[in-house]
Amino acid sequence: MKLPDLAELAVRNLRESLLRNSLTTIGISVGVASLVAMLSLGIGLQQLASRRLMKSGLFDTVLVTSRRDLRNFGREEERGGPAPAESRILDEPTRIEIEHLPNVLEAYPDIRFITELRYEDKPHLTTIAALPSSAKSNDAFETVQGQFFSSDVAPEAILQKTFAEELLGRTPKPGVDETNVAELAAPLLGKELTMRYAQREAAQSAPSATAHDNAAAPGAESLADAAYSVVSRELKLKIVGVADLDPESMRGPTRARVFLPLKLAESLHVMQPTDLREISRAATDQPVYSSVSVRVNDPNQVRKVEDTIKKMGFNTFSILDASRSIQQFFKVLYAFLGIFGSLALVVASIGIVNTLVMAILERRREIGIMKAIGASDGDVKRLFFAEAGAMGLLGGVVGVALGWTIGQAINLGTNVYLKSQSFPPEHFWSVPWWLVAFAILFSFGVSLISGLYPAGRAARLDPVQALRYE
Amino acid sequence: MSSADRSAQNSAATIATPAIHAEQLCRHYRMGETLIRAVDGVTLSVKAGEFVALLGSSGSGKSSVLNLIAGLDRPTSGSVIVQQRDLAQLTREELARYRLHTVGMVFQSFNLIASMTLAENVELPMRFAEVERGQRDSLAREALTRVGLQRRMNHRPSELSGGEQQRAALARALINQPQLLLADEPTGNLDSHTGTEIMNMVREFNQQLGMTVVMVTHERALAERYAQRLIFLADGKLVGDESNSAVNAGADQAGVGGGRP
Repeated sequence: MKLPDLAELAVRNLRESLLRNSLTTIGISVGVASLVAMLSLGIGLQQLASRRLMKSGLFDTVLVTSRRDLRNFGREEERGGPAPAESRILDEPTRIEIEHLPNVLEAYPDIRFITELRYEDKPHLTTIAALPSSAKSNDAFETVQGQFFSSDVAPEAILQKTFAEELLGRTPKPGVDETNVAELAAPLLGKELTMRYAQREAAQSAPSATAHDNAAAPGAESLADAAYSVVSRELKLKIVGVADLDPESMRGPTRARVFLPLKLAESLHVMQPTDLREISRAATDQPVYSSVSVRVNDPNQVRKVEDTIKKMGFNTFSILDASRSIQQFFKVLYAFLGIFGSLALVVASIGIVNTLVMAILERRREIGIMKAIGASDGDVKRLFFAEAGAMGLLGGVVGVALGWTIGQAINLGTNVYLKSQSFPPEHFWSVPWWLVAFAILFSFGVSLISGLYPAGRAARLDPVQALRYE
Repeated sequence: MSSADRSAQNSAATIATPAIHAEQLCRHYRMGETLIRAVDGVTLSVKAGEFVALLGSSGSGKSSVLNLIAGLDRPTSGSVIVQQRDLAQLTREELARYRLHTVGMVFQSFNLIASMTLAENVELPMRFAEVERGQRDSLAREALTRVGLQRRMNHRPSELSGGEQQRAALARALINQPQLLLADEPTGNLDSHTGTEIMNMVREFNQQLGMTVVMVTHERALAERYAQRLIFLADGKLVGDESNSAVNAGADQAGVGGGRP
């Protein structure tokens, strides 16, 4: 029998016992819907997680440190290469060189120092970090209360929420992290902070022209240049924003409690911990960085960029490994969600077997007639197979629609809740096209498998027995 | 054909090429402890174009013989050769094709598929034969017109009388142009008037299309009116085989009249 005939007969037969077949198909739909719901929740969560992580600037960032840096981020495998004392230092020319590597968006020094801030004449000791202007699009600062720095050199500061609490004299309640950032920001925005810091000033005798030569040929520098003075300075900063950041969960540039614009921080020449070690070079105006953050345009390129920088003789660190284990976690999550989702489909497929076995009992005579007028075993088998397949296909389509609707409803409900808790809305739910296709094909496949036994049974039916049976 | 003729043909079956030849045909089956010999060593031959009636009381094995000739059942032993093919040797697939193209069957209970219209019922064997859709429609219409049901094509069997249903079943049996028409008590569920109508049609097919007809019946009078030869069965054995001289003589007259009384 040809396929169109088969399909036509199958659909006609399904319509004959409409109620029973509809119920079976609904069963399949519910199974498919639960599968779709489970998997799209998993996919949605993964997308949410990776979106957040991407925005956090962790996955596209490589942290570069000099091998001279004994607080090495490096791991065992990076022990090769030149000895720490002979390896290159991380200065401005190197930073520019790195910035010009392919796939690198920007390379900026990590400026970080501990100093005293005065607010309403009370001193507060804290870690201050510099932020490049690109951090504006960083998820952590996207939701900042107030605004981002007006320019890269503006004397402005963004506070981390726990520091804001400290300034206001509030003690954070442990266990309650539902701090209302907006409420914290209100009394602080526009207020002034006074930062006191130690500025490094090159000694007058240091000729800046030799600085670069010194950097290029370590060991040749003259000790006469190795002098600088440290001057205490004050700077007034305007509070422009309060960020809802958890300093403990972050790495890299966001791990600080007060943030300044990068260029401003650079211009201050604040004493760095590396300055003592690099005393010979620190005497010049050319800064030496303890580390440089390199932003890569595509997370997939991170490893390549890392390798290039390593070849240049630096240590690198990126969080790619962590992202890999997150992906692994989601694979396991998919598997679990998929298994639970499929369980309903298994139950539904038993429904198909049941329906078709019933249909065979009911249509015994019809099968006998078809065989008597020339239907082969194969024809009968294919007919029942087609009926199972049609139920599966229809159930799959309806199920995907149902699953999608359930997903939208959950998404909507969650977002209403998030809104009531004054959180921004999120997309937890994602039904990609491949999932739609997969769910329908899976349902079709499962139904065909369910049809195997009934179809075989129908095909083996003895026509003489079937026709005698009245 | 006399029994003497038959024994002569046993040795020269292939030369005379009868349409149907059964040799020592047996169909035994078990029902619990007891062995039932439904067909027990039947040997018979039917010539091409012959109209044969299988007569016997219920349980005589006549329907079992018909099912064996129809390829619906397989013999326990012996052979059924139809148009030089031994049905016992065919695979299930080949048997299905044999039923599809060589045999047309009608039954006492009509056996139309209740969920289909008459046109669809008649069309069904052509679906199995993979006839083109466009051709199917016109052939089904033609066949139903031939049995006088052109106005009933889109009705379901339950909306029709028994006679009409059996006419539709005849149209279905003929749709793939088989050489063999096998009828199992075709008038058993009909009143005598519609029964006559159906039998006249069967005779028409036999005479005009040259189809070989084997009809199972327990009504001797009916058989004597239409069949050229009467074969009697009892307890699965062949107990009589006689030529029906009345019909054979009348066939010539009927032939002149176009087969219609």
